[in-house]
Amino acid sequence: MPSLVLAEHNNRLLDEATGKTVSAAAAVSTPVHVLVAGSDCRHVAQQARSISGVEKVLLADDPRYAGFLAEPVAALVLSLAPAYDAILAPATANGKNILPRVAAILDVPQLSDIIAVESPDIFRRPIYAGNAVQKIEAKGFKKIITVRIAAFPPAPAGGDAVIETVAAAEDPGLSHVVSENMTHSERPELTAARIVISGGRGLQSKENFILIERIADRLGAAVGASRAAVDAGFVPNDHQVGQTGKIVAPELYIAVGISGAIQHLAGMKDSRVIVAINKDENAPIFGVADYGLVADLFQALPDFEKALEK
Amino acid sequence: MKVLVPVKRVIDFNVAVRVKADRSGVDLTNVKMSINPFDEIAVEEAVRQKEKGKVTEIVAVTIGPAAAQETLRNALAMGADRAILVKHDAELEPLAVAKLLKAVCAQEQPGLIILGKQAIDDDCNQVGQMLAALLGWPQGTFAAQLEIQPDKIQVTREVDGGLQTVELKLPAIVTTDLRLNEPRYASLPNIMKARKKPIQEKTVADYGIDPAPRLKILEVTAPEKGRSGVRVTSAAELVEKLRERGLI
Repeated sequence: MPSLVLAEHNNRLLDEATGKTVSAAAAVSTPVHVLVAGSDCRHVAQQARSISGVEKVLLADDPRYAGFLAEPVAALVLSLAPAYDAILAPATANGKNILPRVAAILDVPQLSDIIAVESPDIFRRPIYAGNAVQKIEAKGFKKIITVRIAAFPPAPAGGDAVIETVAAAEDPGLSHVVSENMTHSERPELTAARIVISGGRGLQSKENFILIERIADRLGAAVGASRAAVDAGFVPNDHQVGQTGKIVAPELYIAVGISGAIQHLAGMKDSRVIVAINKDENAPIFGVADYGLVADLFQALPDFEKALEK
Repeated sequence: MKVLVPVKRVIDFNVAVRVKADRSGVDLTNVKMSINPFDEIAVEEAVRQKEKGKVTEIVAVTIGPAAAQETLRNALAMGADRAILVKHDAELEPLAVAKLLKAVCAQEQPGLIILGKQAIDDDCNQVGQMLAALLGWPQGTFAAQLEIQPDKIQVTREVDGGLQTVELKLPAIVTTDLRLNEPRYASLPNIMKARKKPIQEKTVADYGIDPAPRLKILEVTAPEKGRSGVRVTSAAELVEKLRERGLI
Protein backbone atom coordinates (compact mmCIF):
# COMPACT_ATOMS: atom_id res chain seq x y z
CA MET A 1 0.00 0.00 0.00
CA PRO A 2 1.18 3.56 -0.62
CA SER A 3 2.53 6.01 1.91
CA LEU A 4 1.21 9.53 2.38
CA VAL A 5 3.42 12.57 2.99
CA LEU A 6 1.92 15.70 4.48
CA ALA A 7 3.44 18.61 2.52
CA GLU A 8 5.06 21.54 4.31
CA HIS A 9 4.29 24.87 2.63
CA ASN A 10 3.02 28.39 3.20
CA ASN A 11 0.19 28.29 0.61
CA ARG A 12 2.56 29.79 -1.98
CA LEU A 13 5.80 27.84 -1.86
CA LEU A 14 6.52 24.21 -1.18
CA ASP A 15 9.13 23.83 1.57
CA GLU A 16 12.09 21.56 0.81
CA ALA A 17 11.18 19.64 3.98
CA THR A 18 8.55 17.95 1.81
CA GLY A 19 11.06 16.47 -0.63
CA LYS A 20 13.18 15.22 2.25
CA THR A 21 10.18 13.56 3.83
CA VAL A 22 9.40 11.94 0.47
CA SER A 23 12.92 10.41 0.58
CA ALA A 24 12.12 8.83 3.94
CA ALA A 25 8.65 7.72 2.82
CA ALA A 26 10.04 5.98 -0.26
CA ALA A 27 12.10 3.75 2.04
CA VAL A 28 9.03 2.83 4.12
CA SER A 29 6.28 2.09 1.63
CA THR A 30 5.75 2.89 -2.06
CA PRO A 31 4.26 4.48 -4.10
CA VAL A 32 4.40 7.84 -2.35
CA HIS A 33 1.48 10.27 -2.40
CA VAL A 34 1.77 13.87 -1.18
CA LEU A 35 -1.09 15.70 0.50
CA VAL A 36 -1.14 19.46 -0.03
CA ALA A 37 -3.66 20.89 2.43
CA GLY A 38 -4.02 24.65 2.43
CA SER A 39 -5.92 27.57 0.99
CA ASP A 40 -5.34 28.91 -2.54
CA CYS A 41 -2.48 26.47 -2.73
CA ARG A 42 -2.87 24.94 -6.21
CA HIS A 43 0.52 26.39 -7.08
CA VAL A 44 2.07 24.36 -4.24
CA ALA A 45 0.55 21.18 -5.67
CA GLN A 46 2.17 22.03 -9.02
CA GLN A 47 5.55 22.22 -7.29
CA ALA A 48 4.95 18.94 -5.42
CA ARG A 49 4.09 17.02 -8.58
CA SER A 50 7.64 17.44 -9.89
CA ILE A 51 9.24 15.69 -6.89
CA SER A 52 10.74 12.47 -8.19
CA GLY A 53 9.13 9.33 -6.78
CA VAL A 54 5.75 10.94 -6.11
CA GLU A 55 2.94 9.09 -7.87
CA LYS A 56 0.06 11.33 -6.92
CA VAL A 57 -0.51 14.73 -5.30
CA LEU A 58 -3.72 15.09 -3.33
CA LEU A 59 -4.89 18.69 -3.20
CA ALA A 60 -7.25 19.81 -0.42
CA ASP A 61 -7.74 23.50 -1.18
CA ASP A 62 -10.09 25.06 1.33
CA PRO A 63 -10.06 28.18 3.56
CA ARG A 64 -10.32 25.97 6.66
CA TYR A 65 -6.76 24.75 5.99
CA ALA A 66 -5.21 28.21 5.56
CA GLY A 67 -3.51 28.27 8.98
CA PHE A 68 -2.68 24.52 9.03
CA LEU A 69 -4.51 24.09 12.34
CA ALA A 70 -4.19 20.63 13.85
CA GLU A 71 -7.90 20.01 14.40
CA PRO A 72 -9.13 20.37 10.77
CA VAL A 73 -5.93 19.05 9.11
CA ALA A 74 -5.84 15.95 11.34
CA ALA A 75 -9.51 15.32 10.45
CA LEU A 76 -8.56 15.53 6.75
CA VAL A 77 -5.61 13.14 7.13
CA LEU A 78 -7.83 10.71 9.05
CA SER A 79 -10.40 10.77 6.21
CA LEU A 80 -7.63 9.62 3.83
CA ALA A 81 -5.80 7.28 6.23
CA PRO A 82 -7.53 3.96 5.38
CA ALA A 83 -5.80 3.87 1.96
CA TYR A 84 -2.29 4.14 3.41
CA ASP A 85 0.23 1.90 5.16
CA ALA A 86 2.31 4.81 6.41
CA ILE A 87 1.67 8.50 6.98
CA LEU A 88 4.67 10.80 7.29
CA ALA A 89 5.23 14.48 7.97
CA PRO A 90 8.39 16.51 8.43
CA ALA A 91 9.17 17.18 12.10
CA THR A 92 8.35 20.86 11.67
CA ALA A 93 6.07 22.85 13.97
CA ASN A 94 3.14 21.81 11.75
CA GLY A 95 4.09 18.14 11.49
CA LYS A 96 4.69 17.89 15.23
CA ASN A 97 1.38 19.62 15.90
CA ILE A 98 -0.81 17.60 13.56
CA LEU A 99 0.44 14.01 13.38
CA PRO A 100 0.05 12.86 17.02
CA ARG A 101 -3.67 13.68 16.73
CA VAL A 102 -3.86 11.32 13.75
CA ALA A 103 -1.97 8.55 15.59
CA ALA A 104 -4.16 8.82 18.70
CA ILE A 105 -7.43 8.49 16.77
CA LEU A 106 -6.03 5.54 14.79
CA ASP A 107 -4.93 4.05 18.14
CA VAL A 108 -1.35 3.51 16.97
CA PRO A 109 1.95 4.77 18.38
CA GLN A 110 3.87 7.52 16.58
CA LEU A 111 7.56 7.46 15.70
CA SER A 112 8.83 11.01 16.25
CA ASP A 113 11.78 12.62 14.52
CA ILE A 114 13.29 9.58 12.78
CA ILE A 115 16.84 9.98 11.43
CA ALA A 116 17.10 6.70 9.52
CA VAL A 117 14.93 4.04 7.91
CA GLU A 118 16.86 0.77 8.31
CA SER A 119 14.09 -1.32 6.79
CA PRO A 120 10.37 -0.69 6.24
CA ASP A 121 9.79 -1.77 9.86
CA ILE A 122 12.96 -0.58 11.59
CA PHE A 123 13.87 3.02 12.34
CA ARG A 124 16.41 5.07 14.25
CA ARG A 125 15.53 8.13 16.28
CA PRO A 126 17.53 10.25 18.73
CA ILE A 127 16.55 10.52 22.39
CA TYR A 128 18.03 12.61 25.22
CA ALA A 129 18.91 15.45 22.84
CA GLY A 130 20.85 13.07 20.64
CA ASN A 131 22.87 11.68 23.54
CA ALA A 132 21.51 8.27 22.62
CA VAL A 133 19.90 6.74 19.56
CA GLN A 134 17.02 4.24 19.66
CA LYS A 135 16.64 1.48 17.09
CA ILE A 136 12.93 0.69 17.00
CA GLU A 137 10.80 -1.93 15.32
CA ALA A 138 7.26 -0.90 14.38
CA LYS A 139 5.26 -3.80 13.00
CA GLY A 140 1.66 -4.83 12.65
CA PHE A 141 -0.01 -1.42 12.52
CA LYS A 142 -0.19 1.69 10.39
CA LYS A 143 3.00 3.72 10.70
CA ILE A 144 2.71 7.33 11.75
CA ILE A 145 6.08 9.05 11.47
CA THR A 146 7.63 12.50 11.75
CA VAL A 147 10.95 12.91 9.96
CA ARG A 148 14.00 14.92 10.98
CA ILE A 149 14.55 16.82 7.75
CA ALA A 150 18.28 17.48 8.30
CA ALA A 151 18.82 13.70 8.25
CA PHE A 152 17.39 12.96 4.79
CA PRO A 153 18.41 14.21 1.32
CA PRO A 154 15.74 15.93 -0.75
CA ALA A 155 14.17 13.69 -3.39
CA PRO A 156 15.37 14.97 -6.79
CA ALA A 157 13.14 16.87 -9.19
CA GLY A 158 11.94 15.32 -12.41
CA GLY A 159 8.72 13.67 -11.27
CA ASP A 160 5.46 13.95 -13.14
CA ALA A 161 2.72 13.11 -10.65
CA VAL A 162 -0.99 13.53 -11.26
CA ILE A 163 -2.88 16.05 -9.13
CA GLU A 164 -6.13 14.82 -7.65
CA THR A 165 -8.49 17.09 -5.77
CA VAL A 166 -9.79 15.70 -2.50
CA ALA A 167 -12.83 16.90 -0.57
CA ALA A 168 -12.32 18.85 2.62
CA ALA A 169 -13.17 16.88 5.75
CA GLU A 170 -15.64 18.16 8.32
CA ASP A 171 -14.06 20.90 10.44
CA PRO A 172 -14.56 20.15 14.13
CA GLY A 173 -14.89 23.93 14.59
CA LEU A 174 -12.88 24.05 17.80
CA SER A 175 -10.21 26.52 16.76
CA HIS A 176 -9.45 29.42 14.46
CA VAL A 177 -6.49 31.64 13.66
CA VAL A 178 -6.65 35.14 15.14
CA SER A 179 -3.40 36.51 13.74
CA GLU A 180 -0.02 35.54 12.41
CA ASN A 181 3.17 37.43 13.00
CA MET A 182 5.91 35.99 10.85
CA THR A 183 9.44 37.29 11.25
CA HIS A 184 10.50 39.08 8.09
CA SER A 185 14.24 39.09 8.00
CA GLU A 186 16.54 40.19 5.22
CA ARG A 187 18.74 37.30 6.26
CA PRO A 188 18.15 33.78 4.96
CA GLU A 189 15.96 31.36 6.91
CA LEU A 190 17.91 29.33 9.50
CA THR A 191 17.09 25.88 8.19
CA ALA A 192 17.71 26.85 4.55
CA ALA A 193 20.86 29.02 4.91
CA ARG A 194 24.21 27.99 3.41
CA ILE A 195 26.03 29.63 6.31
CA VAL A 196 24.80 29.97 9.90
CA ILE A 197 26.56 32.00 12.57
CA SER A 198 25.28 31.46 16.10
CA GLY A 199 25.96 33.22 19.37
CA GLY A 200 25.71 31.93 22.90
CA ARG A 201 25.82 33.07 26.48
CA GLY A 202 29.37 34.34 25.84
CA LEU A 203 27.88 37.34 23.99
CA GLN A 204 26.67 38.59 27.40
CA SER A 205 23.95 40.93 26.12
CA LYS A 206 21.38 41.61 23.44
CA GLU A 207 23.38 44.64 22.27
CA ASN A 208 26.53 42.57 21.76
CA PHE A 209 24.68 40.35 19.25
CA ILE A 210 25.36 43.13 16.74
CA LEU A 211 28.88 41.64 16.50
CA ILE A 212 27.31 38.40 15.19
CA GLU A 213 24.80 40.19 12.97
CA ARG A 214 27.43 42.30 11.23
CA ILE A 215 29.37 39.21 10.23
CA ALA A 216 26.15 37.45 9.21
CA ASP A 217 25.28 40.32 6.87
CA ARG A 218 28.76 40.31 5.39
CA LEU A 219 28.59 36.54 4.73
CA GLY A 220 24.91 36.38 3.77
CA ALA A 221 24.44 34.05 6.71
CA ALA A 222 21.48 33.29 8.97
CA VAL A 223 21.77 34.14 12.66
CA GLY A 224 21.28 31.38 15.22
CA ALA A 225 21.65 31.15 18.98
CA SER A 226 22.07 28.68 21.79
CA ARG A 227 19.24 28.12 24.24
CA ALA A 228 21.23 30.01 26.87
CA ALA A 229 21.24 33.10 24.64
CA VAL A 230 17.51 32.76 23.98
CA ASP A 231 16.73 32.23 27.66
CA ALA A 232 18.78 35.30 28.52
CA GLY A 233 16.64 37.29 26.07
CA PHE A 234 19.51 38.18 23.71
CA VAL A 235 17.54 36.97 20.65
CA PRO A 236 14.01 35.70 19.88
CA ASN A 237 13.17 32.05 20.41
CA ASP A 238 12.89 31.25 16.71
CA HIS A 239 16.68 31.77 16.45
CA GLN A 240 17.31 28.81 18.75
CA VAL A 241 19.37 25.97 17.32
CA GLY A 242 19.20 22.74 19.30
CA GLN A 243 17.16 19.90 20.74
CA THR A 244 14.03 21.95 21.24
CA GLY A 245 14.73 24.54 18.54
CA LYS A 246 15.77 24.34 14.90
CA ILE A 247 17.87 21.47 13.56
CA VAL A 248 20.28 22.86 10.95
CA ALA A 249 22.90 21.33 8.64
CA PRO A 250 24.44 24.19 6.61
CA GLU A 251 27.69 24.15 4.59
CA LEU A 252 29.32 26.27 7.29
CA TYR A 253 28.29 26.66 10.92
CA ILE A 254 30.11 29.19 13.07
CA ALA A 255 29.52 28.87 16.83
CA VAL A 256 30.60 31.90 18.86
CA GLY A 257 30.63 31.96 22.65
CA ILE A 258 28.72 28.68 22.71
CA SER A 259 30.10 26.04 25.07
CA GLY A 260 28.45 23.21 23.17
CA ALA A 261 25.89 21.69 25.51
CA ILE A 262 24.60 18.42 24.07
CA GLN A 263 21.22 20.12 23.51
CA HIS A 264 22.89 22.60 21.16
CA LEU A 265 25.11 20.03 19.42
CA ALA A 266 21.96 18.03 18.70
CA GLY A 267 20.84 20.88 16.46
CA MET A 268 23.98 21.54 14.39
CA LYS A 269 26.45 18.64 14.46
CA ASP A 270 25.51 17.51 10.95
CA SER A 271 26.75 20.78 9.42
CA ARG A 272 29.41 20.18 6.73
CA VAL A 273 32.07 22.41 8.29
CA ILE A 274 31.92 23.64 11.88
CA VAL A 275 33.90 26.57 13.30
CA ALA A 276 34.07 27.25 17.04
CA ILE A 277 35.22 30.46 18.67
CA ASN A 278 35.36 30.22 22.45
CA LYS A 279 37.68 31.43 25.17
CA ASP A 280 37.45 28.14 27.10
CA GLU A 281 39.76 25.70 25.37
CA ASN A 282 38.00 22.79 27.09
CA ALA A 283 34.56 23.75 25.78
CA PRO A 284 32.80 20.69 24.31
CA ILE A 285 32.05 22.65 21.11
CA PHE A 286 35.68 22.11 20.06
CA GLY A 287 35.00 18.36 20.06
CA VAL A 288 32.74 18.73 17.01
CA ALA A 289 34.59 21.60 15.32
CA ASP A 290 36.66 21.41 12.12
CA TYR A 291 38.31 24.73 12.97
CA GLY A 292 38.70 25.98 16.52
CA LEU A 293 39.83 29.38 17.70
CA VAL A 294 40.49 29.78 21.41
CA ALA A 295 40.01 33.50 21.92
CA ASP A 296 37.96 36.20 23.58
CA LEU A 297 35.08 36.73 21.18
CA PHE A 298 35.05 40.49 21.80
CA GLN A 299 38.51 40.55 20.25
CA ALA A 300 38.01 37.73 17.74
CA LEU A 301 34.76 38.94 16.14
CA PRO A 302 35.99 42.43 15.21
CA ASP A 303 39.22 40.82 13.93
CA PHE A 304 37.15 38.33 11.92
CA GLU A 305 35.13 41.18 10.42
CA LYS A 306 38.29 43.10 9.56
CA ALA A 307 39.83 40.04 7.92
CA LEU A 308 36.67 39.62 5.82
CA GLU A 309 37.03 43.17 4.53
CA LYS A 310 40.44 42.43 3.09
CA MET B 1 -11.93 26.86 36.42
CA LYS B 2 -9.91 23.82 37.32
CA VAL B 3 -6.58 23.22 35.55
CA LEU B 4 -4.91 19.84 35.26
CA VAL B 5 -1.11 19.90 34.90
CA PRO B 6 0.49 16.58 33.92
CA VAL B 7 4.19 16.45 34.85
CA LYS B 8 6.97 13.95 34.16
CA ARG B 9 10.01 12.93 36.18
CA VAL B 10 13.06 12.86 33.89
CA ILE B 11 16.85 12.79 34.11
CA ASP B 12 17.97 16.29 35.09
CA PHE B 13 18.90 18.30 32.01
CA ASN B 14 22.43 18.90 33.35
CA VAL B 15 23.27 15.21 33.62
CA ALA B 16 25.43 13.68 30.89
CA VAL B 17 23.43 10.65 29.81
CA ARG B 18 25.23 7.32 29.43
CA VAL B 19 24.08 4.42 27.35
CA LYS B 20 24.14 1.02 29.10
CA ALA B 21 26.80 -1.45 27.95
CA ASP B 22 24.14 -4.02 27.01
CA ARG B 23 22.46 -1.44 24.72
CA SER B 24 19.12 -1.90 26.48
CA GLY B 25 18.68 1.76 27.34
CA VAL B 26 20.31 4.61 29.24
CA ASP B 27 21.72 4.22 32.73
CA LEU B 28 19.32 5.64 35.33
CA THR B 29 21.08 4.38 38.47
CA ASN B 30 22.17 7.09 40.90
CA VAL B 31 21.32 9.80 38.40
CA LYS B 32 19.76 13.08 39.48
CA MET B 33 16.11 13.25 38.43
CA SER B 34 14.03 16.42 38.09
CA ILE B 35 10.71 17.67 36.84
CA ASN B 36 10.73 17.91 33.03
CA PRO B 37 11.65 21.59 32.37
CA PHE B 38 8.71 22.20 30.01
CA ASP B 39 6.32 20.78 32.64
CA GLU B 40 7.80 23.14 35.20
CA ILE B 41 6.85 26.00 32.85
CA ALA B 42 3.35 24.46 32.69
CA VAL B 43 3.02 24.46 36.50
CA GLU B 44 4.28 28.05 36.63
CA GLU B 45 1.73 29.15 34.04
CA ALA B 46 -1.13 27.50 35.93
CA VAL B 47 -0.03 29.25 39.13
CA ARG B 48 0.19 32.64 37.36
CA GLN B 49 -3.29 32.17 35.92
CA LYS B 50 -4.57 31.35 39.40
CA GLU B 51 -2.88 34.48 40.77
CA LYS B 52 -4.68 36.47 38.05
CA GLY B 53 -7.98 34.97 39.21
CA LYS B 54 -8.57 33.01 36.00
CA VAL B 55 -8.09 29.63 37.64
CA THR B 56 -9.56 28.31 40.89
CA GLU B 57 -7.79 25.00 41.40
CA ILE B 58 -4.59 23.39 40.10
CA VAL B 59 -4.25 19.61 40.11
CA ALA B 60 -0.86 18.13 39.22
CA VAL B 61 -0.74 14.57 37.96
CA THR B 62 2.13 12.25 37.16
CA ILE B 63 2.45 8.65 36.04
CA GLY B 64 5.58 6.97 37.30
CA PRO B 65 7.33 5.12 40.12
CA ALA B 66 6.86 5.92 43.82
CA ALA B 67 9.81 8.33 43.60
CA ALA B 68 7.79 10.49 41.20
CA GLN B 69 6.16 11.81 44.41
CA GLU B 70 9.12 14.21 44.56
CA THR B 71 8.12 15.66 41.20
CA LEU B 72 4.60 16.21 42.49
CA ARG B 73 5.90 17.81 45.71
CA ASN B 74 7.89 20.14 43.49
CA ALA B 75 4.69 21.15 41.65
CA LEU B 76 2.83 21.54 44.96
CA ALA B 77 5.60 23.76 46.34
CA MET B 78 5.30 25.99 43.27
CA GLY B 79 1.59 26.42 43.91
CA ALA B 80 -0.45 23.41 42.76
CA ASP B 81 -3.29 22.65 45.21
CA ARG B 82 -3.27 18.86 45.15
CA ALA B 83 -1.79 16.01 43.19
CA ILE B 84 -2.43 12.55 41.78
CA LEU B 85 0.25 9.87 41.43
CA VAL B 86 -0.61 7.05 39.06
CA LYS B 87 1.93 4.42 40.02
CA HIS B 88 3.69 2.58 37.24
CA ASP B 89 7.28 1.37 37.20
CA ALA B 90 7.85 0.55 33.54
CA GLU B 91 8.23 2.99 30.66
CA LEU B 92 5.00 4.00 28.99
CA GLU B 93 4.52 5.07 25.40
CA PRO B 94 2.95 8.51 24.86
CA LEU B 95 -0.32 7.01 23.62
CA ALA B 96 -0.73 5.01 26.86
CA VAL B 97 0.05 8.14 28.86
CA ALA B 98 -2.57 10.07 26.89
CA LYS B 99 -5.15 7.34 27.53
CA LEU B 100 -4.43 7.37 31.27
CA LEU B 101 -4.65 11.15 31.38
CA LYS B 102 -7.97 10.97 29.55
CA ALA B 103 -9.23 8.67 32.30
CA VAL B 104 -7.97 11.10 34.95
CA CYS B 105 -9.84 13.88 33.11
CA ALA B 106 -13.06 11.90 33.27
CA GLN B 107 -12.75 12.01 37.06
CA GLU B 108 -11.41 15.52 37.46
CA GLN B 109 -13.32 17.36 34.71
CA PRO B 110 -10.77 20.16 34.22
CA GLY B 111 -11.56 23.14 32.01
CA LEU B 112 -7.97 23.40 30.81
CA ILE B 113 -4.92 21.13 30.67
CA ILE B 114 -1.44 22.67 30.53
CA LEU B 115 1.61 20.46 29.97
CA GLY B 116 5.12 20.60 28.50
CA LYS B 117 5.50 20.39 24.73
CA GLN B 118 7.96 17.53 25.06
CA ALA B 119 9.78 15.51 27.69
CA ILE B 120 13.55 15.87 27.46
CA ASP B 121 14.11 12.13 27.86
CA ASP B 122 12.28 10.52 24.94
CA ASP B 123 11.90 13.82 23.00
CA CYS B 124 8.60 12.54 21.57
CA ASN B 125 6.46 15.69 21.59
CA GLN B 126 3.20 13.71 21.43
CA VAL B 127 1.24 13.46 24.68
CA GLY B 128 -0.57 16.83 24.60
CA GLN B 129 -1.70 16.44 21.01
CA MET B 130 -2.76 12.81 21.54
CA LEU B 131 -4.72 13.68 24.67
CA ALA B 132 -6.45 16.53 22.82
CA ALA B 133 -7.45 14.12 20.05
CA LEU B 134 -8.74 11.46 22.46
CA LEU B 135 -10.79 14.05 24.34
CA GLY B 136 -11.97 15.75 21.13
CA TRP B 137 -10.56 19.06 22.42
CA PRO B 138 -8.66 21.79 20.58
CA GLN B 139 -4.94 22.25 21.20
CA GLY B 140 -2.63 25.22 21.47
CA THR B 141 0.82 23.68 21.18
CA PHE B 142 4.22 25.39 21.70
CA ALA B 143 2.62 28.26 23.63
CA ALA B 144 4.54 31.50 24.10
CA GLN B 145 1.61 33.37 25.61
CA LEU B 146 -1.92 32.60 26.72
CA GLU B 147 -4.96 34.54 27.68
CA ILE B 148 -7.94 32.86 29.30
CA GLN B 149 -11.33 34.38 28.51
CA PRO B 150 -14.82 33.12 29.42
CA ASP B 151 -15.43 29.92 27.40
CA LYS B 152 -12.35 30.39 25.23
CA ILE B 153 -8.60 30.84 25.30
CA GLN B 154 -6.17 32.68 23.05
CA VAL B 155 -2.83 30.97 22.60
CA THR B 156 0.14 32.53 20.84
CA ARG B 157 2.17 29.69 19.39
CA GLU B 158 5.83 29.47 18.40
CA VAL B 159 5.70 28.20 14.81
CA ASP B 160 8.44 27.99 12.17
CA GLY B 161 9.28 31.52 11.15
CA GLY B 162 7.21 33.42 13.71
CA LEU B 163 4.15 33.41 15.92
CA GLN B 164 0.59 32.28 15.32
CA THR B 165 -2.25 33.30 17.64
CA VAL B 166 -5.18 30.90 17.77
CA GLU B 167 -8.46 31.00 19.62
CA LEU B 168 -9.68 27.73 21.10
CA LYS B 169 -12.99 26.76 22.62
CA LEU B 170 -12.70 25.57 26.19
CA PRO B 171 -12.06 22.96 27.41
CA ALA B 172 -8.69 22.92 25.66
CA ILE B 173 -5.10 21.73 25.89
CA VAL B 174 -2.04 23.96 25.95
CA THR B 175 1.53 22.72 25.57
CA THR B 176 4.29 25.03 26.74
CA ASP B 177 7.31 26.40 24.92
CA LEU B 178 10.40 27.97 26.48
CA ARG B 179 9.34 31.59 26.33
CA LEU B 180 5.97 31.24 28.06
CA ASN B 181 7.43 32.16 31.44
CA GLU B 182 10.35 31.71 33.78
CA PRO B 183 9.45 29.29 36.57
CA ARG B 184 9.83 30.53 40.13
CA TYR B 185 11.95 28.92 42.78
CA ALA B 186 9.74 27.46 45.48
CA SER B 187 10.25 29.29 48.78
CA LEU B 188 11.08 27.35 51.92
CA PRO B 189 7.67 28.06 53.57
CA ASN B 190 5.97 26.85 50.39
CA ILE B 191 8.11 23.71 50.33
CA MET B 192 7.02 23.05 53.94
CA LYS B 193 3.39 23.72 53.07
CA ALA B 194 3.61 21.38 50.08
CA ARG B 195 4.41 18.48 52.40
CA LYS B 196 0.93 18.77 53.85
CA LYS B 197 -0.89 19.03 50.53
CA PRO B 198 -2.70 15.83 49.53
CA ILE B 199 -1.34 13.34 46.99
CA GLN B 200 -3.86 10.76 45.88
CA GLU B 201 -2.34 7.43 44.85
CA LYS B 202 -3.69 5.37 41.99
CA THR B 203 -2.41 2.56 39.81
CA VAL B 204 -2.64 2.02 36.08
CA ALA B 205 -4.98 -0.91 36.77
CA ASP B 206 -7.48 1.47 38.42
CA TYR B 207 -8.12 3.00 35.00
CA GLY B 208 -8.32 -0.22 32.96
CA ILE B 209 -5.75 0.95 30.42
CA ASP B 210 -3.38 -1.53 28.76
CA PRO B 211 0.12 -0.17 29.45
CA ALA B 212 1.96 -2.59 27.15
CA PRO B 213 4.29 -0.89 24.65
CA ARG B 214 3.53 -1.42 20.98
CA LEU B 215 6.92 -0.36 19.62
CA LYS B 216 9.87 -2.68 20.15
CA ILE B 217 13.12 -1.02 21.14
CA LEU B 218 15.80 -3.22 19.60
CA GLU B 219 18.77 -1.31 20.97
CA VAL B 220 19.92 2.04 22.33
CA THR B 221 23.37 3.20 21.28
CA ALA B 222 25.62 6.20 21.77
CA PRO B 223 25.72 8.65 18.88
CA GLU B 224 28.63 8.60 16.45
CA LYS B 225 31.72 10.40 17.70
CA GLY B 226 32.43 13.96 16.68
CA ARG B 227 35.28 15.23 14.53
CA SER B 228 38.53 16.50 15.95
CA GLY B 229 39.55 19.60 14.15
CA VAL B 230 42.31 22.04 13.47
CA ARG B 231 43.18 24.79 15.95
CA VAL B 232 43.82 28.19 14.42
CA THR B 233 45.62 30.96 16.29
CA SER B 234 43.86 34.06 14.99
CA ALA B 235 40.68 35.27 13.33
CA ALA B 236 42.74 36.24 10.27
CA GLU B 237 44.05 32.69 9.93
CA LEU B 238 40.50 31.37 10.30
CA VAL B 239 39.24 33.58 7.47
CA GLU B 240 42.16 32.43 5.33
CA LYS B 241 41.36 28.73 5.93
CA LEU B 242 37.67 29.22 5.18
CA ARG B 243 38.52 31.12 1.98
CA GLU B 244 40.92 28.37 0.90
CA ARG B 245 38.07 25.90 1.07
CA GLY B 246 35.68 28.22 -0.75
CA LEU B 247 33.33 28.31 2.21
CA ILE B 248 33.15 32.11 2.38
